[in-house]
Amino acid sequence: MKSSLIKSTVIFLGLFFLYFPILVLIFYSFNENKRVMVWKGFSLRWYNELFNNEQIIEAFIISIKIAALSATFATILGVMIGYSLVRIRKIPFKSFYIFLSSTPLVLPELILGLSMLLFFISLNNVIGFPSSRGQLTIFISHVTFCIAFVAIIIQARLTDFNKNIEEAAMDLGYNYTKVLYKITLPIILPSIIAGWLLAFTISLDDLVVASFTTGPGANTLPIVVFSKVRLGLSPEVNALSAILMFALIIIGLFYFYFNKKFKH
Amino acid sequence: MKNKLFEKYFVFSPYFWLVLFFFIPLAIIFKISISVSEWGMPPYQDIFLFDNGFKINTTFENYVYIFSDYYYIGSFVNSLILALISTFFCLLIGFPLAFYIATSNIRLRNILLVLVVIPFWSSFLLRVYAWKIILQNNGILNVILLNLGITSEPLQLLYNQYAVIMGIVYTYLPLMILPLYGYLNKFDLNLIEASKDLGLNRIKTFYKVILPLSVPGIVAGSLLVFIPVVGEFIIPEMLGGSDRLYYGKILWEEFFVNRNWPGASALAFSGIIILVLPIVIFQILYSRWSQKNEI
Repeated sequence: MKSSLIKSTVIFLGLFFLYFPILVLIFYSFNENKRVMVWKGFSLRWYNELFNNEQIIEAFIISIKIAALSATFATILGVMIGYSLVRIRKIPFKSFYIFLSSTPLVLPELILGLSMLLFFISLNNVIGFPSSRGQLTIFISHVTFCIAFVAIIIQARLTDFNKNIEEAAMDLGYNYTKVLYKITLPIILPSIIAGWLLAFTISLDDLVVASFTTGPGANTLPIVVFSKVRLGLSPEVNALSAILMFALIIIGLFYFYFNKKFKH
Repeated sequence: MKNKLFEKYFVFSPYFWLVLFFFIPLAIIFKISISVSEWGMPPYQDIFLFDNGFKINTTFENYVYIFSDYYYIGSFVNSLILALISTFFCLLIGFPLAFYIATSNIRLRNILLVLVVIPFWSSFLLRVYAWKIILQNNGILNVILLNLGITSEPLQLLYNQYAVIMGIVYTYLPLMILPLYGYLNKFDLNLIEASKDLGLNRIKTFYKVILPLSVPGIVAGSLLVFIPVVGEFIIPEMLGGSDRLYYGKILWEEFFVNRNWPGASALAFSGIIILVLPIVIFQILYSRWSQKNEI
């Protein structure tokens, strides 16, 4: 069949395009040579150096901490938004509510970062807090733009699911709060986990907003990596890439698992 | 009564957070963009002055300044062109891919979809960095070109606008494929068979049946690529050269290098108005419309 041949070729080329750069990166991470592009032989040397690089390890810990905390906050607030938009009829200034909860999805990160930085500086001028920028200000900024991603997942999930279950539980004498905690939240739990994973990854990966809102003692992993590869190549970053890509892809698979779970 | 309290808690907790940490920061950008700049810290004057009675001290000078200088307008136009070209190539690669995935059988479809989106989960910065390795003078692409005899000496592939387009198309491709797939997946593929049975050839089937049905997906995917690319900073910084300046770089330098906060704010606010506002309005109208039609 001619058309099925075209189809397989297109899909194969597409996947090749998507995976080739990642494979190249992983391949070069095993290069013994300090000059990244000249192959000298297989070695785990740069993995070893990576694990002894205190700057990278420290940045990694800071990033994980900020990502976990901001994902948690963003998930709580995002679930509230998703629930409000689908289930609660009376929201004052609803268009404004929708504007606030969806604009961070499309706003260029650079503008968001600049606005957060100027906000923190102005706030400090008015109330004397935050006196310097650092992990707290990155955390606040990350929560702010991760909320929208969680909200959209929860909103989609709640729109899908059958309201009758909630109404049946109410008829059986459950009050509003009990329905939420015993029925609604357990049912959408996989989507909540998926939302958390997405927020975690976005925060972990963010460079631009973090660069604006960072301060002393808050160099996140992307900031350190960017400073190393902005002007050239770094064999340690190659090793880091291989590990990080592997870990993030696993997280991505979990996301799909949780997000698709209910669709059957 | 209790329900009311509970609803309020759910609506107003995120409302409070977003007004405080999203809306007020945007308002501050606007405020600083209409402030008079001066030397000092912060490098602008207050917009409300109380020394000799109350006086409002604002200016549109910053906007006049950026809109009358080709340096700023030119780089914004560069960014728009870059976004247009990248969106086009994403569509060119993404459409056939999304189409063939959507027409595969269900099991294969899900696997392919996950395979397409998974790279998007791996770090953005590192995927851009991967292209830096590939496009080096002694990088893998040049080695292939040399061995095939297409070129006799290594080409300068890195640090120009083409490398930037390459990096953008690569990193943003999944954002194009997902909405395209979402819409293609919805429509009944028997329509294609039907149009063939009715005697339309492949090209006609494409133009008369497939393309019109996938317009919403094309619009959604194009917006998801176009808007962030206009503000893109990292990719031109890593793969680009000095041949072209872009909006993101200009904004960054105006703030961090020139320390012109009002100018940078005016640039940012203009970006919001030109890029984001039309889409937000569209989105609000659309969600109202879909809500009305649902009931």
